[in-house]
Formats: sequence, C-alpha cells, structure tokens
Amino acid sequence: MEQSWRQAKNAFAALGVPPVAWLIFFFMIPLAVVWAYSFGTNAGPTEIDLTGTFANYGRSLQPLYFDIFVKSSIVAGLTTLLCLIVGFPVALAIAFAGPRTKTWLLLLIMLPFWTNLLIRTYALIAVLREQGYVNFTAEWFWNNASGLMTAVGLQPLGDFHPMTLLYNNAAVVIGLVYVHLPFMVLPLYAALDRMDRSLMEASLDLGAGHLRTIWSVVVPLAAPGIASGVLITFIPALGAYLTPDLLGGTDSQMIANVIERQFKRANDWPFGAALSFLLMYLTFIAIAIQAVVQRRGAKVGAA
Amino acid sequence: MTKTILRRGASRRSILQQFGAAAVGISLAPALEACSRGGSSGGRVVNFYNWDTYIGETTLADFQHATSVPVHMTLFASNDELFARLRAGNPGYDVVVPSNEYVTRMAQAQMIQALDHSKIPNMRNIIQQPEFTNPDFDPGRRFSVPYTWLDIGIGYRKSRMPRNFVPDSWRYLLDSAQFTQKIAVLGESADLIRIAAKYKGHSVNAIPEPLLAEIEQMLIRQKPHIKRFHSDDGQDMLVSGEVDLVMEYNGDIAQVMRENNDIGWVMPREGSLKNSDCLCIPSGAPHADDAHAFINYILDGEAGAKIAQTIQYATPNQAARDLMPDAYKNNTIVYPPPEEMARLEYGKFEGDEVYRRYEEIFTRISAA
Repeated sequence: MEQSWRQAKNAFAALGVPPVAWLIFFFMIPLAVVWAYSFGTNAGPTEIDLTGTFANYGRSLQPLYFDIFVKSSIVAGLTTLLCLIVGFPVALAIAFAGPRTKTWLLLLIMLPFWTNLLIRTYALIAVLREQGYVNFTAEWFWNNASGLMTAVGLQPLGDFHPMTLLYNNAAVVIGLVYVHLPFMVLPLYAALDRMDRSLMEASLDLGAGHLRTIWSVVVPLAAPGIASGVLITFIPALGAYLTPDLLGGTDSQMIANVIERQFKRANDWPFGAALSFLLMYLTFIAIAIQAVVQRRGAKVGAA
Repeated sequence: MTKTILRRGASRRSILQQFGAAAVGISLAPALEACSRGGSSGGRVVNFYNWDTYIGETTLADFQHATSVPVHMTLFASNDELFARLRAGNPGYDVVVPSNEYVTRMAQAQMIQALDHSKIPNMRNIIQQPEFTNPDFDPGRRFSVPYTWLDIGIGYRKSRMPRNFVPDSWRYLLDSAQFTQKIAVLGESADLIRIAAKYKGHSVNAIPEPLLAEIEQMLIRQKPHIKRFHSDDGQDMLVSGEVDLVMEYNGDIAQVMRENNDIGWVMPREGSLKNSDCLCIPSGAPHADDAHAFINYILDGEAGAKIAQTIQYATPNQAARDLMPDAYKNNTIVYPPPEEMARLEYGKFEGDEVYRRYEEIFTRISAA
C-alpha cells in the first residue's frame, strides 16, 4: 500500500533523530567549541579566555603562515591534478568494463580502505626507501644490464647506487596520490557510468576520433563528476598530516603539521584553532566553487 | 626470548605517536570513566597511563597478586599528548608518567597532586644523589618519584665513517656539510633548539634572544644537509641505511646496537640533554590510596629490576640496579660515565611562552 511520507511523519522523525543528535553532539558542538577558541587568548596553562580577539587570525595571516598555506595548497593541487590524470582513464576503463569485471575492479579500488592509513604509509616507506623494493628492482635490472654488457664485450656499468626516493617533497606527493586516488576514481566512475552512451556513438559516427570524442563529449558531460572528484581529493590532501610527517624531508612541512604542534608542544589552542578554521574557510570556498561548476554542468547537460 | 624482550622494548615513542597524534586535543569524552567504574574487587583499581613498552612483563599481574588490586594500563605516546589529555580535567587516571620538565608544567597547572611520602616508604630505594632525590624540576620530590632516566646523543653507522673517526660533536649534525643528506635530527622544537644551544656552548636553559636568532640561522643553513626531522624513529632510519648519523635517545640506540654491530653511540663532547620520566598522581585521581601503593610497589627493588630487565632504560632505583646483571650495570650507554654525566642537563620548564617561541622558530626553519 502506497503511503505519502506526510502520513508517516513520526516514523521519519524517529529515524532522523539519532543521526541529527549524533551530528549535533559529536560534530557541531565540538566544532563550535574549537571555533570559539579561535577568538580566545591563553590565560594560563589550561585556561582560555574567550575575549573575541582577532589576534590569532592576524597571526595566521602573517607571511610565515600564509606561505605555508600557499605551499600546502600547491602540494594538494598537484596531488589532485595527478590523481585526475591517473584516475580518469581508470574510471573510464571501469565504466566500460563488463558487469562482472566492473564489480571486481571496483572492489580492487576500494580494497586499500580496508587497511589503516598509517599502515599503508609505512608500507610505502618499505617500497621507497634505499633498501626498498623499488631500489631492489632497479638494482636487479642494473646488474643484469651490466652483466649483459660485459658479455658482449663492453665496459660494465659499475656499482649500483640506490636512488633517494624518500624524505623529500616528491615522496609526499607520491604518498598523497597513492592515498587519495580512490577518492578521485569513485566519483569519476559514477559520472561516467551514468552517461548516455549514444552521445559518444553519435560523436564517433559523425567523424570525431576517440581522443576528440573524449575531450569534447565525455569530459564536458563528466564535468560535475570531475568537480566532485577534485573537491573530495583536494580537501583531505590540503589537510594531510601523516604523509608529510612520515614521507617528507626537512622541506615538507604542511599546514596540518603546524596546527598539530600548536595543540601539543606549544600548548597554544587558540592559535591552533584559528589555523584550523582558516583551513575550514578555504574548504567552504572550494565547496562553493564546486557548486558553481555543478550548476554550470547541469545547464550543459540540459542544453 | 631475550630477543623478543629487546624488540618489545623498542621505542616508547614510536608508532603509537602517529596514531595518538590524530586523536590528541579532541578528547572531549571522558574515556576512562567506563573503565574505572567497571573495575572489579569492590571498585578498587589503579588506572595507569603509561608510555608504550614501558613496564615489566609481569609487573601489573604481580601487583594484583600482592594487593588484589587490578591495574588498567592505557598508553600515550608523548608528553604533549598526556598534557592535552589532562588539560580539560582528569578523565580518571590514577598514575601518569610525565618527563622532568612536564612534571613542573603539570604541577604549575595543578594537574598533579602532592604525594604523601609516608605512603611510599620505598622512596629510600632511590639513588641517594640530589639529582634524583631533590631535582630542580621537582624540589623535594613533592609531586613525583623517578621511574627512568635517559639522554640524547649520536647514533652512527661505523662503516660509513672515515677511518678511526668518531662523530663526537654535534657539529657533524648541526653545522657541517661533511655528511650531507646522511643526517637525521629530532623534529621536536625544544629538543633541537636546546641541543643547538649546547653545541654553541650555552646551557640548554635560559637561551638568550641573540643566540636563538643565531641558532635559527645555523639550522636554516644546515637544513639542505639534513635528510629528515624525525619523530623519534631515528634508530630505524639508521638501521635501514637511510642515514649514517642520527640524534636519538640512548635507549633506542642501545637496543639496535645489540642486533647490529655496525651501529655506534657517542655522547658529543659539548654535552647534551637528559630526561627523567617520573611517576605522578594526577589531581582528582579516583583511587589515590591504591595509586600510592602502586608507586611504592614499583620502587621495590625486585619489581624495579623486573621492569629494567624488560625496558632496558636506566633505573634510578638503587635496590633494583643492585639486582641487575653486570652487562646492564656497566653499560656506558645506559649509564654514562661520570665525566659524561657532568655535561648532561635537564631542560627546564620556562613557561609556555618559551615553548611557543621554539615552536615558531622551528616552523620558520621548516618553511625556509
């Protein structure tokens, strides 16, 4: 028997209360407390006076911290771009795979989430370090090539020097791409999977090549998916803390590392809160941009 | 067996640090409440908040056997985590283990309570030197009893040094291009800056402004030669061959030296920082009497020896030390000889502002 939701209001309310209460008590209220701290002053080792000052924000915008924000945005932006370049063909391949293969491929994409981020990062250290698997493989090829050259009468290549892959900014970007790739692939896949295939067939029929079809038909149609993928990758990458800490070198500090230290050794919660909320405001801006793109995408789709 | 014990003793500030870091500062829910309420034997229990791999294998069970009071142990990974956890009020801990300067900081913040010495007769077992019985960071041991002590020096890979060379100065880590990109130093602002001050011939405390500026310039200059500001996992980087020189705690290096002959340890001639982890009772501890009994039990000779056996750090407990084998007692890494001891200094708590200043300097160095 069909029933309008209006007649089942109480049932809906009952279902809605736990998640709303959860959000209020464990998300909104703690966040509001931290937000209030960002306008506070340290009054003692454990007390914060909520004085309504903007001094913490003023300090956050000093060149020192502003530059770290800019640098973190660049690292996160580069990560997002690489994820898009790598993730788009993957998503396309999954969208066009057969139904059985598709399920398996999607499972493979989600598999890394079953392992803790920290464990995955440590695994990456074991792969990238000088006594790691990348260097072992390179050494194997090197020694074989060297042996081959001796065999044909050339000078051998000499000793293998392991490559330094860890503890620099490249390692941080590799780590971030590795961790965030599924976040990019899944929304892209969702957008590409829903797409009307006949448009692509029309494009191919009318003489456009495959690349032209992807660029002029598939990409514009997938724009909302790309926008959500970019957003959902960029935001966590911007706040990355563990990856720069474990894979980075002396130059790899990101804003989240600075924030962490304000809550620990510096014991300066108001300043740490202000930095956190600046990050939050940046996130809101990114979401606003994404909403604009989405609306434009909807218009393109309707036209 | 020995091997597993040694491995378990690895680093008290290791992986857990990374796990804990995510959670620090947002501990709004009193996590231990359920734990303390659910305790057996008529609500008697000791909630012990300790470092990882920092207690004897059977110590907690032995204590329960002796007193029928169970001990619930939970772990923290850094003093900052401990401090942040207690900032909003004691969530139910009875015994905590802060390091020297944090004893001062927490006492000033009224986070820990004065101990009742009459309930801890085993305090007579503490090595009778003012450094342990009447330290600057806690005059008269009002708030704390010593649990272990440790110092920071240089761990190095012998085969990668020039012939007959021992890197016996902080210069090779902080002010020289000789081992470029083969160096890792502690990424903890206060430790790094204090050791740099020591290298410059100053005390680790009351560092004047011009010297701080000089240290900042020196470290910015040195930065391209340093591979990583490590989070107390320097011994792993040394063992895996990523670096050849590392600023690290003595216990961490002593442990890897047992498994790797190529690793060496040296206390730099300029001197260094020492630390002492202490047992304290936080304010509002729900089971203060049993907490005193537990602290007294740990200061017992036999119990202390069992702990030292497992964790391999230096014990300030004379009765326990007397029971230990010579290999431990005569280990100059764990117990530095007197002339080295004389060059070691405790870092003092000089107010939150000083820490904030160090933190900003470190942020500037990292951003430079």
